Amino acid sequence: MVRFENVGLRYGMGPEVLKDVSFGIEPNSFQFLTGPSGAGKTTLMRLLFLSLKPTRGLITLFGRDVSALDPDEVAVLRRRIGIVFQDFRLLDHLTTYENVSLPLRVLGKEETAYRAEVTELLSWVGLGDRMHVLPPVLSGGEKQRAAIARALIGRPEFLLADEPTGNVDPTLARRLLRLFIELNKSGTSVLLATHDIALMDQYDARRLVIADGRLYVYD
Amino acid sequence: MTDAARPEKKPPAAAAGEAPRAKARALASIVPSATIAGRALVAVVAIMTFLAGLTIGTAVAVRGTASQWRSDVTQEVTIQVRAGDKQATDAQVQAAADIARKTPGIAGAHILTPEETGRLLEPWLGSGLELADLPIPRVVVLRLDGSGTADLARLKRTLTDRIPTATLDDHRGWSRRLVAVTDGVMLIGIVLLVLVGLATVLSVVFATRAAVATNRAVVEVLHFVGARDGFIAAQFQRHFLRIGAEGGVIGGVAAAAVFGILAALPRLGLGGDPELPTVLGWLNPGYLGFLGIALAVVGVALATALTSRFTVYRTLRTIQ
Repeated sequence: MVRFENVGLRYGMGPEVLKDVSFGIEPNSFQFLTGPSGAGKTTLMRLLFLSLKPTRGLITLFGRDVSALDPDEVAVLRRRIGIVFQDFRLLDHLTTYENVSLPLRVLGKEETAYRAEVTELLSWVGLGDRMHVLPPVLSGGEKQRAAIARALIGRPEFLLADEPTGNVDPTLARRLLRLFIELNKSGTSVLLATHDIALMDQYDARRLVIADGRLYVYD
Repeated sequence: MTDAARPEKKPPAAAAGEAPRAKARALASIVPSATIAGRALVAVVAIMTFLAGLTIGTAVAVRGTASQWRSDVTQEVTIQVRAGDKQATDAQVQAAADIARKTPGIAGAHILTPEETGRLLEPWLGSGLELADLPIPRVVVLRLDGSGTADLARLKRTLTDRIPTATLDDHRGWSRRLVAVTDGVMLIGIVLLVLVGLATVLSVVFATRAAVATNRAVVEVLHFVGARDGFIAAQFQRHFLRIGAEGGVIGGVAAAAVFGILAALPRLGLGGDPELPTVLGWLNPGYLGFLGIALAVVGVALATALTSRFTVYRTLRTIQ
C-alpha cells in the first residue's frame, strides 16, 4: 500500500530532516508513529498525505510513484486516505455537519444521498446534538471527534492521524483508540502518530519510531 | 468506514435521542462570500460596463448615422454648370441633363429651378434674396438606379469635353472623409473597449488572488479531502460570476438609460434648439446598440467568472 525506499527530505538548502527512511505499510495493518518533538514525525506525515515530495528516494502509494503524479492524480489518491490533523483543520464558517460531509460534497454527491450517513456517523462519535453548530462553539474534544468523522466519512483505505488523542481526556482517548482499532479490523490501514506511551501500551501494534530524522521499525 | 466498524452501542447523547440544539440550514458556501471584496468589485465592474456600454452605443450610433448619410449621398450625383449668359447657361444645363439621361445607370435627371436653388442656399444667404442678380451655378441632380453600372468617369469626361463650364460631383471626396472619420471613431471605440476590458480583468485578477489568499486554509482543507483544482476553482468562480453579473447589469442598464433618455428628449419636447433632434439622432444607437450593450453585460459577467477561474488555477499551482 505504502512503500518508502531510502527517502530523504530537506527544506531548501537546510540539513536533511529525514534520512534514508525505508519502510512499508501493508493493507489492513495498524501502526503507531512516535518519537520526540522535532524528530520529523510531521514531515513524514506530510510525505504520506502528499503535501511534500521527497528530495531523494522513492515513495509509492497505492502502487503509484508519487513524484510522477499530476495535481488531479494527487487529488484522486487523497480520496483513498483519511487525515486527522493535530489542529483539526475544521472550517469555522461551516457547521459540524457541513465539515464532516465536505469530502462527499467534493465528490459531487447530492446532500440527500449522504445526509443519513453523515448524521449516523456524527451520532456515533457523540456529536449527534452538535451537528448544526459552528466549530468555534465546540470544545477541543468535540472538534477532535468532528475531525475524525470527516476523515472517516469517505471510507478511506488508509487513515493517518496526527496526535488524535492530544486534546482529549484519557477516557475519550481510549474510546478513540478503540474506534481506530475497530476501523482497522474492518479493513482500513491505520497510522497513528502519538507521544502518548500509555496509549500505545494499550494496544499491541507495530511501532515506527523516528529519532534524529531516522526511522526505526519495531514489529 | 464500514458499517461493521461502527459499534452498535450509540453514544449517550444520540442514544437518548436528543434533538439537535441548533436548527439545520441550507448548505453554506464552501468559500464564504464575506471573504471576497464583493461590493468594491461590483462597483468597479459596474463602472467598467457603463463605460463599455457608452463606447459601444456611441460607436454603433456614429457608424449607423454615417452609413445612412453615405447611402443617401451616393445615390445622387450632381452636375454644376457655372453661371454665365442666362440663355447659354440654360442651354448648357439642358444639354448636360440630356447627356446624363442617356447614360446607363442613371435613373433620372432633375434640373433644380431657381426657387429650389434658393431654398438650398437659404441657410447661408437667408430668405427673400433675389438670386437672379448673383452668379449662382445651376445644378442638375442625377439619381442613380442603384445597379452600380453608371460609368461616372466616362460621364465626367463627356461633360467636360462637350460643356466646358460643367463639372460632375460624385461626392467621393466627402464620402472618403466620412469613412475616415467613422473608421477613426470605431478604432477609438475598440481601443477604449480593450482598455476597459483589460482594467476589468486586472481588477478581477487582484480580487481573486486576494480571495484565494484569504481563503488559503479553506483551499488547503479542500486539497486534503481530495478536491480537484477544478472543484476549488468552481467555488470561487461562482462568487465572481455573481459579482460580474450584478456589476454588469448595473453598468449596462445605466448606459442603456443614458441613450434611452437622449433618444426620448426630442419626443418629450425638451430642448428648444431645432437642431437638437438632429444632434441627438447622431447618438441614437438603435436596437443594434442596445443589443451590443446587452452583449457587453453578458461578456463582462463571463469574463469576470473565467478570469477568476483561471487565476485560481494559477494560484493553486503555487500552493499544492
